[in-house]
Amino acid sequence: MVTDEYILSSDNLNVYYGNFQALANVSIKIKPNIVTALIGPSGCGKSTLLRCFNRMNDLIPIFSLDGSIKYKSQELYDDTTDATNIRSQIGMVFQKPNPFPKSIYDNVAFGLKINGYTGNYDEAIENSLRRAALWEEVKDRLNKSAIGLSGGQQQRLCIARALAVNPEVLLMDEPASALDPIGTLAIEELIRELAGSVTIVIVTHNMQQAARVSDETAFLMVNDNRAGYLVEHDYTDKIFTNPSEERTEAYITGRFS
Amino acid sequence: MIKNILKKENYNQNLNSRYTKGKLYFTVFFTALMIAIIGLAILLFQIISQGTEMLSWTFVSSYPSRFPEKAGILSALVGSIWLMGLTGIFAVPLGIGTAVYLEEYAPKNKFTQFLEINISNLAGVPSIVYGLLGLAVFVGALNMGRTLIAGALTMALLVMPIVILASREAIKQVPYSHREAAYALGATRWEVVRSVVLPSAIPGIMTGAILSMSRAVGEAAPVLAVSALVYLTFVPTDPFDRFTVMPIQIYNWVSRPQDGFRELAASGIILLLVLLLSMNSIAIYIRSKYQNKSEE
Amino acid sequence: MLNNQAEFKNKTHMGLSKRRVITGKIAEIVFFLCAVISIITTVGIVVSLLSQSLYFFFEVTLWEFLTGTRWAPILKPQSFGVLPLVTGTLLVSGIAALFAVPIGLATAVFLSEYAPDRVRKIAKPFLEILAGIPTVVYGYFALTFVTPKLQIILPDLIIFNALSAGLVMGLMIIPMVSSLSEDAMVSVSRSLREGAYALGATRSEVAWKVVVPAALSGIVASFILAISRAIGETMLVTIAAGATPRMSLDPLQSIQTMTAFIVQLSLGETPHGSIEYNTIFAVGLLLFVMTLTMNLIGHLIVRKWQQVDK
Ligand SMILES: Nc1ncnc2c1ncn2[C@@H]1O[C@H](COP(=O)(O)OP(=O)(O)OP(=O)(O)O)[C@@H](O)[C@H]1O
Ligand SMILES: [Mg+2]
Repeated sequence: MVTDEYILSSDNLNVYYGNFQALANVSIKIKPNIVTALIGPSGCGKSTLLRCFNRMNDLIPIFSLDGSIKYKSQELYDDTTDATNIRSQIGMVFQKPNPFPKSIYDNVAFGLKINGYTGNYDEAIENSLRRAALWEEVKDRLNKSAIGLSGGQQQRLCIARALAVNPEVLLMDEPASALDPIGTLAIEELIRELAGSVTIVIVTHNMQQAARVSDETAFLMVNDNRAGYLVEHDYTDKIFTNPSEERTEAYITGRFS
Repeated sequence: MIKNILKKENYNQNLNSRYTKGKLYFTVFFTALMIAIIGLAILLFQIISQGTEMLSWTFVSSYPSRFPEKAGILSALVGSIWLMGLTGIFAVPLGIGTAVYLEEYAPKNKFTQFLEINISNLAGVPSIVYGLLGLAVFVGALNMGRTLIAGALTMALLVMPIVILASREAIKQVPYSHREAAYALGATRWEVVRSVVLPSAIPGIMTGAILSMSRAVGEAAPVLAVSALVYLTFVPTDPFDRFTVMPIQIYNWVSRPQDGFRELAASGIILLLVLLLSMNSIAIYIRSKYQNKSEE
Repeated sequence: MLNNQAEFKNKTHMGLSKRRVITGKIAEIVFFLCAVISIITTVGIVVSLLSQSLYFFFEVTLWEFLTGTRWAPILKPQSFGVLPLVTGTLLVSGIAALFAVPIGLATAVFLSEYAPDRVRKIAKPFLEILAGIPTVVYGYFALTFVTPKLQIILPDLIIFNALSAGLVMGLMIIPMVSSLSEDAMVSVSRSLREGAYALGATRSEVAWKVVVPAALSGIVASFILAISRAIGETMLVTIAAGATPRMSLDPLQSIQTMTAFIVQLSLGETPHGSIEYNTIFAVGLLLFVMTLTMNLIGHLIVRKWQQVDK
């Protein structure tokens, strides 16, 4: 296969909101088909980095960036790169479940429709719901409103909705932080299930969660100007047992706030 | 692990045609806005081109006449000002009182809910129905006759929802901490309302009061029902006089076929719009000044 | 606990001078009475419409009134079938809605989904001006500008006609449709939009397939409220639509609306107590019931939708 070794990579990435610099010189390389966790204190730019990967930040008028981010070998912020196209290849799941106020079926069908899916819809929707470990719970009420689902189910529906577009990467911004412990557990199991067939980048505030679900972990911090920078990126085992940086250890063991 | 059956080649994104469609939508949406704005522009242009010729001091200072060249709007202008003032005197205090009651006193119960629904429905009652109310109650039952006072009371009921809405908004803006500070000093609820809530809500309330009076100036239907179409060659000097107002005078002129009267109508409209525009500008000025202050 | 609170209240009250307590009580009563005025107004409307129409219905049966197809209260032989007035009203409002609903909605989508802040800041005051123009002015515009221009294209058009009154009424209610719909769309949460963008939706797909459906009940409510406003509108139709009660849906003809009839009879100082005088209350009652029903439905939808939203 000619796939590059890394599926997403940034090089000296600087991100600004107006005059405020949110990320400084971030160079990170994400391997395909594993789970990478982004951790770090609040405001260090985890969400910002994540939203650079699918050009979600384009929607913020004051956003700008320099440096390079590549998806495989394609320069993401290039004039010839189409943000809509990128977003259909790199899916995203948000902190708060955000199903559309439509039926469960229509939620999953939405991405198929807009992306011109030509195969069998019922099959595709069942498959996406199964992959999101939701099929058994909703198969009898596909035409009911998604708003009636529990928070955890809604979040898995949002994952199914993203999977239906057949993305290679799934970006997750604190996907379980609005859920109860049972819902959280279900999401974590699901992430492990999906790893291997999609690349997952997950932002989390929960150290145990990062340790449980991820293969690699990247730790970000803020510098004196409140701009986020990458401290360390390594195998999750290594980060949690024997980090190279003093700061990482301090953060993980909670000596740092 | 469940296998992914979706295949890349089964997606036909067709981005170019979707973008084209998007541009088309954009054009349609933008055109819609332009239709509204161009409609307004044509309307204003038509009125200005028709009405400026007759607009003169004679027009403002003369009574209506059978001869367009000699006719003026004086009685209606003075009537409108009277009506506006009297309406304000009735509607503003009552509206503020209702707003204060709803924001500061009303318990959360069925009756309060009913009050609120009632007020929002009153805002949607056609103005001619208020006219019928005024005709039956003020002119008829209370025997006031077709007088200014009957017109003003009718109009006050009509515009009260506007005052209530604006005052409630203004009162809501007063931070709860300000009230607490006064309560902590041992003030009674009334004292808090009088010395804390109302003073800081005044600009917002004034905005609402002006807007409600400008609504009163523009309304014709309820006044018609109460005053009937009168041809007055005197200005009202007290609230128990008969009266006419600018929109009615304009209506009277519009409904005559001669071109001269149509032009008079346009002149009357210019005068009316200038009056309304200046009132609204004052309201906007007060609002913006107040907003700047509260942001500091 | 409850006891304690009561005690506390008593204590603070004891600390106040009697005069302050009484002033406070009086103030509360005065405010309450102000609020009651709004209820009295509603009661007043209902009672005056009902009681005056009662005299009317002594002479004309409700059935005859509601189903009769000839309206001639001042001509001999008299006839009191209100349907021609209702038809005229619905015809004009229908034309207004056909014009204002699509344009108002499209304007709202543009303002909420496309327009940069700068454009919105310029456009909205224009719409507000449009909403604030007195209705006689619209009547003047319909009669002296729109009708003559339409007559160039439609030579059959009568001077007083439903078409130009309806179109201008449409222009008049566009701001109402657009501002209420825009409110509904603006309050659709950002996270829904992001969810759609993240699936690879374009801007217009987000607007049309996510935001508009999510705001649908608010949008529908805006239509209902605007049409109710059109039904109750008076001066515009009095000036431009004519005074010929007609059971016809031909927009090129002169018609008469319920409101215009009320004005027509109010103009001549109809003697108190005559059947003509009572007729306007019967028509007014029907108008009130129609608009009240629509407004209640509209507000109900808005309320429901706000609850779902939260
Ligand atoms: N739309 C925006 N406009 C301006 N500044 C922003 C915007 N979004 C984020 N920021 C700023 O950028 C910095 C990084 O924010 P970001 O949301 O990426 O942090 P985070 O690491 O995800 O934090 P958290 O853990 O609280 O979610 C913060 O200082 C934040 O205030
Ligand atoms: Mg974040």
